[in-house]
Amino acid sequence: MNRYSRHIILEDIGTEGQNKISKGKVLVIGAGGLGCPVLQYLVAAGVGTIGIIDYDNVEESNLQRQVLFGTSTLGKNKALAAKERLKDLNPTIKINAFPERLSITNAKEYFCEYDIIVDGTDNFETRYLINDAAVLLNKPVVYGAIYKFEGQVAVFNYKEGPTYRCLFPKPPKESSIPNCSEVGVLGILPGIIGTMQANEVLKIILDFNEVLSGKLFCFNAKTSQTSTFSISKSNYKVKELKPIESKSCNTEIKEIDIKEALQKKDSQFLDVRELNEIPKAELPNYIQIPLRQLSQSTHKLDKSKAIIVLCQTGIRSKTAIQQLQKQNFNNCFNLKGGIIATQNYLKEKI
Amino acid sequence: MQIKIKYFGLLTEITNCQEEYVNDSLRTVKELLNLLYIKYPELKGKDFQVAQNNSIVALETKINNTEIALLPPFSGG
Repeated sequence: MNRYSRHIILEDIGTEGQNKISKGKVLVIGAGGLGCPVLQYLVAAGVGTIGIIDYDNVEESNLQRQVLFGTSTLGKNKALAAKERLKDLNPTIKINAFPERLSITNAKEYFCEYDIIVDGTDNFETRYLINDAAVLLNKPVVYGAIYKFEGQVAVFNYKEGPTYRCLFPKPPKESSIPNCSEVGVLGILPGIIGTMQANEVLKIILDFNEVLSGKLFCFNAKTSQTSTFSISKSNYKVKELKPIESKSCNTEIKEIDIKEALQKKDSQFLDVRELNEIPKAELPNYIQIPLRQLSQSTHKLDKSKAIIVLCQTGIRSKTAIQQLQKQNFNNCFNLKGGIIATQNYLKEKI
Repeated sequence: MQIKIKYFGLLTEITNCQEEYVNDSLRTVKELLNLLYIKYPELKGKDFQVAQNNSIVALETKINNTEIALLPPFSGG
């Protein structure tokens, strides 16, 4: 096919190699900074079946690095928006978009349909889940992770090679490692790291010898320095998928201020204070469910709407969002400063 | 004995440098870390792996006049 002629004329790929690529089945978890370049290049290369899992929606602050999205896709689910863009890039392959959160209940089901798993997530909870599910189902994981100006790439669980837990046996301590939304990231960095991940995926599909297995590749965008470290296999055994405690600051909680909140379409305000707390809130599409009753009362909420959670000052509402996220409410926002900030804003307006 | 130490990720924010040299007669990786914990108390609360000569090693590994790297996990994507 003319589309892949530049691959086919390469001696190390040829028609045979391109056929292998077109039979490849790759699941990309996270269509963010890393996922976008991974998807873009794998789709362009003609990988036959591509799965995309991401529950998150496109935000303006993503556009600096998440190159599959644009102004027209703001607010849309990332997996679905990525699929739309990628269909144009290559309509000859199969793309499955899953606008969902990967969990211990669905991970194995997704993984068994694919040959290679790409980790482009932004939290440790999902990274350990990906590792453990991949180990149980014997699938290689192409790992990438970034911090400010630095990135890591590795291939785990490849032909019985070391896994993520051989490198980092346990999730880090509480809030010891902040994520991109808290500390920032150079937009180009996930582009570099993500394309390296895509490269490793193709090397696995093509059965090249020098796959980045048993090695951790590190890149510093500020100094252009690279280092590679070798990892030995540990005797850690994964027996089953267990929930990993959200100890680190891993489940991202999105903050919203009252002005933005009032302008947000298709949203509802959820007040998690006790019924007798004052001041009373006067907000549109308002519902009050005290925090201690929340996990049993989520049927009162509409999953299709953005839920803006508030309490007195914005602390209990964070706990509420964590509970909601566990029940797959993935479009929650924490109202900055709680009802107190709202009162000040409304007063100023009058 | 002179040991070169390289820091990665957020560890460089604690040490304020990407690499430095330590002169001491240290026997194991653990002894080196204890020395660094005195110099940088904040390091103690951080998660990282240690590599010697570009291989991840255990704390009881003997130091052999070489290069050490401290590698924290990254979560960003």
